[in-house]
Amino acid sequence: MKSQQYVLKMNNISKEYYGTRVLNNINLEIKAGEIHALLGENGAGKSTLMNILFGMSVIHSTGGFQGEIELEGNKVDIHSPLQAMNLGIGMVHQEFMLIPGYTITENIKLNRELIKKDFMNRLMPAPLKQIDFDEMNKEARKALDTLDIGIEEWVKVAGLPVGYMQFIEIAREIDKQNIKVLVFDEPTAVLTESEAENLLKAMKKIASTGIAIIFITHRLDEVMEVADNITILRDGQFITRKNKADTNVFEMAELMVGRQIESMVQHDVKDYDNQPVSISLKGFNVAMPGEEVRNLNLDIYQGEILGIGGLAGQGKIGIANGIMGLYPAWGEVLINGQPLTLNNPKESIKRNLAFVSEDRRGVGLLLDTSIEMNIAITAMQNKDKFIKKYGLFSQKNHSEIRKHALEMIQKLDIRCIGPEQITRRLSGGNQQKVCIARALTLDPMILLVSEPTRGIDIGAKKLVLDTLIKLNKELGITIIITSSELAELRSICHRIAIVSEGKIEGILKPDDSDTDYGLMMSGEYNKLKSKEVI
Amino acid sequence: MAELIEVNKKDSVLDKIKKFALNNMVTIMFVIICYIGFYFSNLTFAFFINDLITRIARNSFLVLALIIPVLAGMGLNFAIVLGAMAGQVAIIMVTHWGIVGWQGFFLCVLISAPLAIIFGYLTGKLLNKTKGQEMITSLILGFFANGLYQLVFLIMVGSVIPMHNETLLLSSGVGLRVSIDLTGGLKYAIDDLLRWTFPKTLMMLGSASILIGGFNIYKYIKGVPNYLKGKIKLRMIGYVLAGISLVIYSIIITNSNSLLNNIKVPIITMVIIGLLCLFNIFISKAKIGQDFRTVGQDRHVATVSGIKSDKVRVTAIVISTLLAAWGQLFFLQNLGTLSTYGSHEQVGMFAIAALLIGGASVTKANIGHALLGTVLFHTLFIVSPIAGKNLFGDAQLGEYFRAFVAYGVIGLSLGMHAWKKQLQSRRRLS
Repeated sequence: MKSQQYVLKMNNISKEYYGTRVLNNINLEIKAGEIHALLGENGAGKSTLMNILFGMSVIHSTGGFQGEIELEGNKVDIHSPLQAMNLGIGMVHQEFMLIPGYTITENIKLNRELIKKDFMNRLMPAPLKQIDFDEMNKEARKALDTLDIGIEEWVKVAGLPVGYMQFIEIAREIDKQNIKVLVFDEPTAVLTESEAENLLKAMKKIASTGIAIIFITHRLDEVMEVADNITILRDGQFITRKNKADTNVFEMAELMVGRQIESMVQHDVKDYDNQPVSISLKGFNVAMPGEEVRNLNLDIYQGEILGIGGLAGQGKIGIANGIMGLYPAWGEVLINGQPLTLNNPKESIKRNLAFVSEDRRGVGLLLDTSIEMNIAITAMQNKDKFIKKYGLFSQKNHSEIRKHALEMIQKLDIRCIGPEQITRRLSGGNQQKVCIARALTLDPMILLVSEPTRGIDIGAKKLVLDTLIKLNKELGITIIITSSELAELRSICHRIAIVSEGKIEGILKPDDSDTDYGLMMSGEYNKLKSKEVI
Repeated sequence: MAELIEVNKKDSVLDKIKKFALNNMVTIMFVIICYIGFYFSNLTFAFFINDLITRIARNSFLVLALIIPVLAGMGLNFAIVLGAMAGQVAIIMVTHWGIVGWQGFFLCVLISAPLAIIFGYLTGKLLNKTKGQEMITSLILGFFANGLYQLVFLIMVGSVIPMHNETLLLSSGVGLRVSIDLTGGLKYAIDDLLRWTFPKTLMMLGSASILIGGFNIYKYIKGVPNYLKGKIKLRMIGYVLAGISLVIYSIIITNSNSLLNNIKVPIITMVIIGLLCLFNIFISKAKIGQDFRTVGQDRHVATVSGIKSDKVRVTAIVISTLLAAWGQLFFLQNLGTLSTYGSHEQVGMFAIAALLIGGASVTKANIGHALLGTVLFHTLFIVSPIAGKNLFGDAQLGEYFRAFVAYGVIGLSLGMHAWKKQLQSRRRLS
């Protein structure tokens, strides 16, 4: 009886992916009618924990997990999302699981369509039973009314504002009769402020009917507004579980981010007011799906290492991709005071920019081509390097390419069999070095590096970061480094710009406090500071 | 949140016409071409109608077989060629056994069904392995199956498969003859069961239409939800008016000495085509139809909400292949000659061209598209050789034109579909 009061208990959950421990002894306990916030940075283990709860195949195909799940006091084994659904666990997805060509009713009743109850239908085999749209409309109406939404249930979803779509998803979940636990995965990320407010209201209303809610978010003020209890995860570890009354935004921010920073370099403190500006972004927008940049302003000074940090989906990745012309961008970009023609990668390269993409295997490398060609190809295309010209014809200059490749291999310590090895066979760290070598071959003034250490092991990480520092110090290259790993940014950058909702939330120094970083990442910094000033 | 958002934005009439024209470009173009062709062919209306009715009875079934895979998001099923082969296998067997008339036809239906289901199942499995490339896969699969078909009927029959039949086999005793005459056997097996004159058919059609209109009036009086009111009102008026005008027209014809009185319509075939239309409507309103559409619109969402999308896709292809097999039976019993190695080859191409001319696309198809497309496509087939002869003195030119049209329209509408999709994604970005 002792655990009866909890609807859902997840006890000592641990999970390893290919030997890497991503969750370590996590506990999560939720009562009926409670709104429980689950907080953590990207990679803290929130998604993995939810995947376990839903029995997603990604968990079971990688060796399952340790620990147990109790639902209303009974131990349950969840093997598939369908089973989770049947047990009364629902999910409001971050990316909408809606079919635009369907009406709201059809979406709410997706795969739970009601069947007409007349005589003919009883005789039919299940797939041929006729659907009762009238009855479905009525039930959909009821669910929508619960949420106080005045929209007509027979309207098609295509073209509705995003806020409505979110509510349709919620209506679908509460329309399920046996729903006990409802997970909201960053539901307010795509909503406007007033839409978000409505959503929070609706959440409270749903909770008051006895449904337990797990609220995954990074907006701390929303947590303070609706949550009863808060669990914080960091790097797969259970950090703390608190009652809302016992904590505040600042403490939560610190607990989310807090970790030791070891600075790899000691930078001289620079007087930025007198430094020449290298790149200036004014009203810069990038339409990179999932990483939109909206009306961003930023100045980058010559010779500095600027870090761009922030949570996934906030737009930090979009900045470099937009400057390089890889995604549609508009606004103003000045390089050394001269405007840059946007949406034209060739132009960007001509202006002495070089880019090491976050998508190493997709955009960054020709995987089935040799290391030497990978290093030389961009320079051949854009700077006429390594090319022998014979009037109308031109040929690549093998010996030059080989010489240069060997030099780079030695300089960057690329571990390989030789310059002819194809890059697919290299390890992640060495692939990254090939990318950097190619960027350097362009003799850039400004180097944009995105997620330089993603998917490479710790030793290689340090080498890559050391290389970047060396380039900055010895060649004076301005480096803009975008990374999800705050610790890494704080260890090598002069300044760190934190991006939230497509804009710069603020610029911090590496040794600023964890609280500031946490607040900025969750987009609360300016709101709270402005309140303090008042 | 209580406020209603403006959902049905009122477009101006001009915008509506523009939108309509853009969405139905192919169809409108064909109506114009058909009219011009008819004008220059100098055909009498009666002759034209007679030919058209024959061709509608012959081909509609095959075109209707294409609808369900489109609903399920698998595009145009070029693999109905396999279904056609299943039908032909049945016809060859039944002709060999010498069973004639509707009994023979019925036996063909029974024999072709399991074959078509097996072919459809295998096709579906293959298409599940090649998601996103269904159309090219089914097209090539048709060619491959044709190779197997030839292997069986050109080389194995009479050698590996024992068969003795002087009328069917080549003189060497191995392999089937290039064409098999069905006269006295399956020819008109269904068509000749019941034939009405053209005015009588119109009269009956008109009466049925009035009845449907009446049913809608009854439904309207009984009360319908608001959002359906407009639709049902339109149906009421449309059906009743169409019915009355059909009846009046039929009376006018009967009392004149028009040649139209001599046209005989194969009623049973038409009724079966009508039933197939109803079956399509029935399916689309059933649970399985909803699943087809869900999977067709977004496979990922369907899977997440617990629909076994692979299974649904296989089901769609099986139904389509089965209908194609039966469609080929109707086609050949009307034509009266089985071209052993050729009848099935063009089936996919022509049926798909007809469907596309009717206004369908890779992602959207309904009964209206299928029937309208059949009418337009075959109108062109009837008039273009004669118009070509009248205009240029050479029937070959018209002949060339219609082959050109069949492939051209497929290419054009695939291209337009891709172009529309590109426009949409660009609009979403900005």
